[in-house]
Amino acid sequence: MTSAHDPAERLYWLDNPGNVDRLVRGFYAVCALLLLLDLFIPKHGSFAIEHVFGFYALFGFVACVTLVLVAKQLRRIVMRPEAYYDR
Amino acid sequence: MIGELAPGLILIFGALLLPLLRGWLRAGYMLALPAIAFLQLIAMPDGSLGHMEMFGLRLTTVRVDELSRFFGYAFLVAALLGAIYALHVKDTVQHFAGSIYAGSALGAVFAGDLLTLLLFWELISLASVFLIWAARTPRAYRAGMRYLIVQIGSGLLLLLGLLLRYHETGSLAFDRIGLESPGGTLIFLAFGVKCAFPLLHNWLQDAYPEATVTGTVLLSAFTTKVAVYALARGFPGTEILVPIGAIMTAFPIFYAVIENDLRRVLAYSLNNQLGFMVVGIGIGTDLALNGAVAHAFADIVFKALLFMAMGAVLFRVGTVKGSELGGLYKSMPWTTGFCIVGAASISAFPLFSGFVTKSMVIAAAMEQDRLWIWLVLLFASAGVFHHAGIKIPYFAFFAHDSGKRCREAPPNMLIAMGLSAALCIGIGSFPDQFYALLPFQASFHPYSPDHVAAQIQLLFWSALAFTILMRTGIYPPELKSTNLDFDWIYRRLGRSFAEIVGWSAARLWTVFASAIGDRTSRLIDAVRSEWSSGGIPARMTHTGSMVFWTTLLLAAYLILSYL
Repeated sequence: MTSAHDPAERLYWLDNPGNVDRLVRGFYAVCALLLLLDLFIPKHGSFAIEHVFGFYALFGFVACVTLVLVAKQLRRIVMRPEAYYDR
Repeated sequence: MIGELAPGLILIFGALLLPLLRGWLRAGYMLALPAIAFLQLIAMPDGSLGHMEMFGLRLTTVRVDELSRFFGYAFLVAALLGAIYALHVKDTVQHFAGSIYAGSALGAVFAGDLLTLLLFWELISLASVFLIWAARTPRAYRAGMRYLIVQIGSGLLLLLGLLLRYHETGSLAFDRIGLESPGGTLIFLAFGVKCAFPLLHNWLQDAYPEATVTGTVLLSAFTTKVAVYALARGFPGTEILVPIGAIMTAFPIFYAVIENDLRRVLAYSLNNQLGFMVVGIGIGTDLALNGAVAHAFADIVFKALLFMAMGAVLFRVGTVKGSELGGLYKSMPWTTGFCIVGAASISAFPLFSGFVTKSMVIAAAMEQDRLWIWLVLLFASAGVFHHAGIKIPYFAFFAHDSGKRCREAPPNMLIAMGLSAALCIGIGSFPDQFYALLPFQASFHPYSPDHVAAQIQLLFWSALAFTILMRTGIYPPELKSTNLDFDWIYRRLGRSFAEIVGWSAARLWTVFASAIGDRTSRLIDAVRSEWSSGGIPARMTHTGSMVFWTTLLLAAYLILSYL
């Protein structure tokens, strides 16, 4: 292993924060387009809830935010030092 | 075809020669074993083989039908990929144990009766624990010991269950068992331990991340999938499996989000993927069962691939803790790429394997109008993308540049990862060829426009949630930590209890001994003079020799009964 940020080391495209921002903005645009796509796709699902506009997109978003927020609270209860069982 | 030799026995007996071989010869031999077993399985016709009479019981040691054949192929693919991945390893223990382990998993899948199943069930435990111990750290030793105790416990449940069942039905046949009798319930529990049912699950997250780099890849493929096969064989359509499986899909992902050891994150996500299979077996329709076993195949490959990628990181950097990694895409671009393929597959992106397998289980739940189960599975699908699909590659290869620089993974690891990645894409892109191998009759077409659109929307908006939480700093950082799970009950509470009991007993004994005082010591002296060398009992034959002669007699009986 060599040390990081060697001046001779090649700079990667992702090393530029501006490029990361560009990537993220592009990703936001794709997400918006996918939501709009919902208007044009004929749905065949058997549950009524599936036919609500943007169901899958919003479900995915809410599910993941809930997952992370609950897991963050879970840390308060279950997190211990790394060597907890080694003592 | 080599006579009637079962594919599993090729790997088990073949392993005996491994320690004698060195260098390229051993490498070639390690690859040849699963390849020969594969050809043998292709050549074997459906039906029962290897009938044996033992203690008046009729055993069917090999049963080949569409279900066992399908798992056989899956296990041989895993054995071959695992062998390629382990070629650079010089540790004979791991090669030997790995081959026996793969062979015994195959043996269990082809077992036509419960006694043969039990034999291989125990061999799986014994062989696999050496892949954990081979890490040769005190942590691995203790985790392996706990793993072994749980696995042997599962074997004992199976033994009790099959004895009861034999008593109830007079048969040891391994077909549909059901929960109607006490024997069946014990067997169900035995399978449940190995399948990591909720509250019986912790051995998995405890032990797998402590195993060797190459050992974990094999572990992820066999033990739990043997249990999935056993459930599919013995308990299809058992209603209780549906809620059990649903809890398995949802519960572990909360832990996966806050876990720092990335191989442990994968162990939690393995538990989550097993949940989808268990739900499918519980629903029990042809479509659901096809979905369960197809997803088992897909999971064997993509989970192996993800463990390979994290193993490569561990091998090169020396750690897989999220808090210490980041920016490795610069040093390990190929590993990064293969890991992303594995991540896309487990997340069920269209064109990758998980998409064409997991959706069968979800569609089967939909067919039966199980709204709540469907919602849980959908939640777990979004969650798995979050913790396995994004978290694993992101924290290891991107995120904040840790400054760590290393070499790319060795060529054999890259080849194993490349082949696994190709298989993930192959299954996902050409599902009809893969579906043709499935054991049950059910047609399914994953690539309808609304299904593809729904899945892409679900996944992209899950990723959107991750991106926003990350950029706003709400996402919990990777922290060095241990997260308490159910194993706390036996690792901490149980130990404290034992310590208190031990301490109390010692105190009691001190009080008791001083109270009895001299009388005891006089008694002990008397006993000692009677029983020590020169006393009558000492002049008689030793108990050990009695055990020896009994064993010899039993062995002689066993041999004679074969003649």
